[in-house]
Amino acid sequence: MPSDLESNLALKKLREFAPESVESAREFRGELTIYIQPDRLIRVCEFLRDEPGLTFKYLTDITALDLYPNEPRFEVVYHLLSLQNVERLRLKVRSSGENPRVDSLVPVYPSANAFEREVFDLFGIQFAGHPYLRRILLPENWEGHPLRKDYPTEGYR
Amino acid sequence: MPITLEKIPGQEERVILSMGPQHPSTHGVLRLVLELEGETVVRALYDIGYLHTGFEKSFESKTYTQGIPLTDRMDYLSPLSNNLGFCLAVEKLLDIEIPPRAQWIRVLLTELTRIQSHLVWLGTHAIDLGAMSVLLYCFREREDILHIFELVSGQRMMTSYFRIGGLALEPPLGWLKRVEKFVKAFPGHLEEYENLLTKNPIWLRRTVGIGMLTADEAIAWGLSGPSLRGSGVDWDIRKKQPYSSYDKFDFEVPTRPEGDVYARYLVRLEEMRQSLRIVQQAMEGLPEGGIKANAPHIVLPDRESMKTSIEALIYHFKIVTEGFHPPIGEVYQAIESPRGELGFYMVSDGSPKPFRCHVRAPSFANLQALPKMIEGRLIADVVACIGTIDIVLGEVDR
Repeated sequence: MPSDLESNLALKKLREFAPESVESAREFRGELTIYIQPDRLIRVCEFLRDEPGLTFKYLTDITALDLYPNEPRFEVVYHLLSLQNVERLRLKVRSSGENPRVDSLVPVYPSANAFEREVFDLFGIQFAGHPYLRRILLPENWEGHPLRKDYPTEGYR
Repeated sequence: MPITLEKIPGQEERVILSMGPQHPSTHGVLRLVLELEGETVVRALYDIGYLHTGFEKSFESKTYTQGIPLTDRMDYLSPLSNNLGFCLAVEKLLDIEIPPRAQWIRVLLTELTRIQSHLVWLGTHAIDLGAMSVLLYCFREREDILHIFELVSGQRMMTSYFRIGGLALEPPLGWLKRVEKFVKAFPGHLEEYENLLTKNPIWLRRTVGIGMLTADEAIAWGLSGPSLRGSGVDWDIRKKQPYSSYDKFDFEVPTRPEGDVYARYLVRLEEMRQSLRIVQQAMEGLPEGGIKANAPHIVLPDRESMKTSIEALIYHFKIVTEGFHPPIGEVYQAIESPRGELGFYMVSDGSPKPFRCHVRAPSFANLQALPKMIEGRLIADVVACIGTIDIVLGEVDR
């Protein structure tokens, strides 16, 4: 997998396009992770999707991490894929534990719909602008969000 | 209150129908809410979660090795693919090298898994659309493959045979004869299915032009696997981002431009042929050597050396009681499972248990395209469309 941190095309172009939107970037086992400013997420994704040399048209997956008790508590993780360049990219957005909220990617990638509902269901992160943000795996009246680290594995008794 | 559709004012005569979760053609416990105008579906919603078991939460309280049996139970029709994805993700995290023999056996068995899973799909898809006999044939051949799995791993379905760093044990003597017998017989069986279906006018009427998705739609909705290739997108992770030595095998990736149920049917049938080619190559070129990586702090030592070497005994004790400590970091490993892109996103905080293990389930993503496929079509086509995306609800709900 190609991606030496400095020579990576996506990162370079993103820094040219909107330098303030990139918080930081790091590489592990040849995989690139870019931290994005939360309010720039939609613009960054549109850019990555439409820029001719990048073409990250395929949203593979959305999930989240709970870094409890650290702040900002949540990281929402996006995996993008470029079918043309055969390249993967991981974007991350941080969100606080008080009222966690991230912009919804549904306008950019329709497939974000169910992924965001899953993250909402299991982590309790709100996605602003999502057309149908309801629990997807758990029943509507479920208490709590199981994948949070302060939720016991055996559930509330 | 279960999810439902609200009636639109002025359209009160439309019927809101709840299809499933107990319905034979929803392939498990999928519930659909359909708004009907006569027999035409106007709007559709899906309701899932009936099989949600919280695997991702369970992973966090188990060591990496203990996580493998959980993966069997997600996509219960292709357990070995799940095992492979999970093991590859942890191995990427650990950065260890797997000996060629283990890789070859992994490839051989996951391709058999693909055939086996496609056989279940074909049989159930055909019976949904009224072709009863295909199911009986498909399950006959599937049984042969399950016997091979049982021979190798001791289990027909919940195999847990791949381990982090290699395989659980060396396959028994003579197992390749069973594989060879299957490889010889299977092309004839495939022809049998094709004779029953491919040119059958009823089959064609039920599948051609149904559940259309263009290439752009398929990409936008995150489809993967045969559902994506049936829309003309040439994308197969085995070819594009090869893992487990797939680059050393000669096979083709079938695609069809039409994007309907029939195209996906043809793609899957051809995939079975290609999988058979891979199985044959893996069988003929199977390298000699060990089946476990040279990483004593991760892989359990064999019985013999435990009795003679104190180091092996200590490692065994440490691995069993505590587990191993991968470096801090995160990886995403995707494989081409029979249903599409199966990805494991693994985050390690340096402890013997994963900080987070997320599964990108192909069925979960593929299901999103279902309302799009069935809106504006007849109820009878709903059944064809559920069959064609080939979902396994255990994997959708996890």
